[in-house]
Amino acid sequence: MTYRVALQTILFKEIYRFLRIWPQTVLPPAVTTGLYFLIFGTVVGARIGEMGGFSYIDYIVPGVVLMSVITNSYMNVVSSFYSTKFQHNIEELLVAPVPDGVILAGYVGGGVMRGLVVGGVVLAISALFADFHPVHPWAVAAMLVLTATLFSLAGFLNAIFANSFDDISIVPNFVLTPLVYLGGVFYSIELLPDFWREASRFNPILYMINAFRYGFLGISDVPVELAFAMVGILILVLTLAALILLRRGTGLKT
Amino acid sequence: MTPALSIRDLRKTYRNGHEALKGIDLDVAAGDFFALLGPNGAGKSTTIGILSSLVTKGSGTVRIFGHDLDREREAAKRCLGLVPQEVNFNQFEKVIDVVINQAGYYGIPRREARRRAEECLTQLGLWDKRNTVSRQLSGGMKRRLMIARALVHRPRLLILDEPTAGVDIEIRRSMWALLRRINREGTTIILTTHYLEEAENLCRHIAIINHGRIVEHSDMASLLAKLEANAFILELRRPVSALPEVPGYRLELRGDRSVLATVPTELGVHGLFDALGQAGIEVASLRNAANRLEQLFVDMLESSEDDI
Ligand SMILES: Nc1ncnc2c1ncn2[C@@H]1O[C@H](COP(=O)(O)OP(=O)(O)O)[C@@H](O)[C@H]1O
Ligand SMILES: [Mg+2]
Repeated sequence: MTYRVALQTILFKEIYRFLRIWPQTVLPPAVTTGLYFLIFGTVVGARIGEMGGFSYIDYIVPGVVLMSVITNSYMNVVSSFYSTKFQHNIEELLVAPVPDGVILAGYVGGGVMRGLVVGGVVLAISALFADFHPVHPWAVAAMLVLTATLFSLAGFLNAIFANSFDDISIVPNFVLTPLVYLGGVFYSIELLPDFWREASRFNPILYMINAFRYGFLGISDVPVELAFAMVGILILVLTLAALILLRRGTGLKT
Repeated sequence: MTPALSIRDLRKTYRNGHEALKGIDLDVAAGDFFALLGPNGAGKSTTIGILSSLVTKGSGTVRIFGHDLDREREAAKRCLGLVPQEVNFNQFEKVIDVVINQAGYYGIPRREARRRAEECLTQLGLWDKRNTVSRQLSGGMKRRLMIARALVHRPRLLILDEPTAGVDIEIRRSMWALLRRINREGTTIILTTHYLEEAENLCRHIAIINHGRIVEHSDMASLLAKLEANAFILELRRPVSALPEVPGYRLELRGDRSVLATVPTELGVHGLFDALGQAGIEVASLRNAANRLEQLFVDMLESSEDDI
């Protein structure tokens, strides 16, 4: 199949890109999460004691890992695809017989790889502080890949609509980061007052973090099946939206 | 034989309401070397953008080697190689990667892509630079890199949008030699330019576009023949302050003793000399107007201004 070569080419280029600039892509999340584990896990965590029946450091590891997967997948695709657009080398793909789906798969695949590499590094660092044995490894693996896919897609859509470098940092800073922090990375929503607990249930990231934590610890604030269904549906919707926009040439063709 | 390119009633209005193409018809035969000539803003890049799927068209049909751009876009894309007006490769990539990746997008497996990249880069004199980061290339080299990239999938139709704009005369001439060779080896070439000399030197057929309309579409030889018969500079024996009206001819005083005369072929110069003689004006010498194509170009653009 000829599209296999095209897909490999985009994927290889994307993976090579973030590995080549690893001090900007892989190192920062490693340092930041290392600090989280040190401060929240070890220093503050000792005062907090248990959460959900686990030591605080064990409780936060899954959320911190998924948080880095979310931001890295998103940032990888939004910045790579937007630069491609900005430098006009997207035209190399548009003139070639590459179907829209292959372009999308290539960039999203690159974002997923970045998410998995960074997630793996963060997990390795967490092993220095915490002691974990995933109770449902399949749930861990599936939620990892699904979350990386979803946020790579979201980054792709952001890049399509972006017209400046400001536009690619607005969503990560003002939407993604708050939703992640309010999505129960550091606490169980059971600790929140009624209003905030119910409000939190509208945050999709809460479901992903809890399903991921369920994979590690076997506990969750929300139904795990609902979390998987939600992520699956969101992936479908965003994929469809991205394909329609590519077909129309929105943001790419004049 | 299937024409390399066939365009019918192509129209494009940009989102800001600007009507860039107002119904273009264009035919380019397979094997031709074709010039699309026009001043800045005429619609050359818009036309080429539509052919290469970078600009969405308003209406009309485009066929590339018989493949309709709407119904058989991928087949059409495979026939076409594009050298755009502005640099559009990733400036952080190495020269060889720019070419190899492009081959990959066309489905050419990596090993074969590497072989072809070597072939194309060598042909363009860039093989020595293969490991240079493309940002560091000179302007002329960047242009050549884009040609190498456009040739890697061996397109039957090569389109170049102002390939020699802003490059110095030496590079321009070597690029002309290269394009002639590519054309001789069987690739149809369309180039846009606003250098008349370039079109005259390279191309067998020509279309002139202005304000989104084709104002001339013919072969270069008959265009030039038409011209050679037509524009003369007459040097007068004595200075004059005004010229008589001579029906059928157009006369324009340049200085006080030289006249630019546009002479319709069917009337010939004798009638003009007679008429001038009767007005007491003696012609000392006559020569062809210096830049014939230039004159024609200006005339055509002027006459196409009239119908806006
Ligand atoms: N993206 C765009 N949006 C609006 N107008 C445009 C755009 N691109 C080109 N134009 C206008 O369309 C006309 C044709 O442009 P173009 O095809 O680039 O001309 P050429 O290549 O012959 O110089 C010009 O008037 C130009 O200003
Ligand atoms: Mg142009």
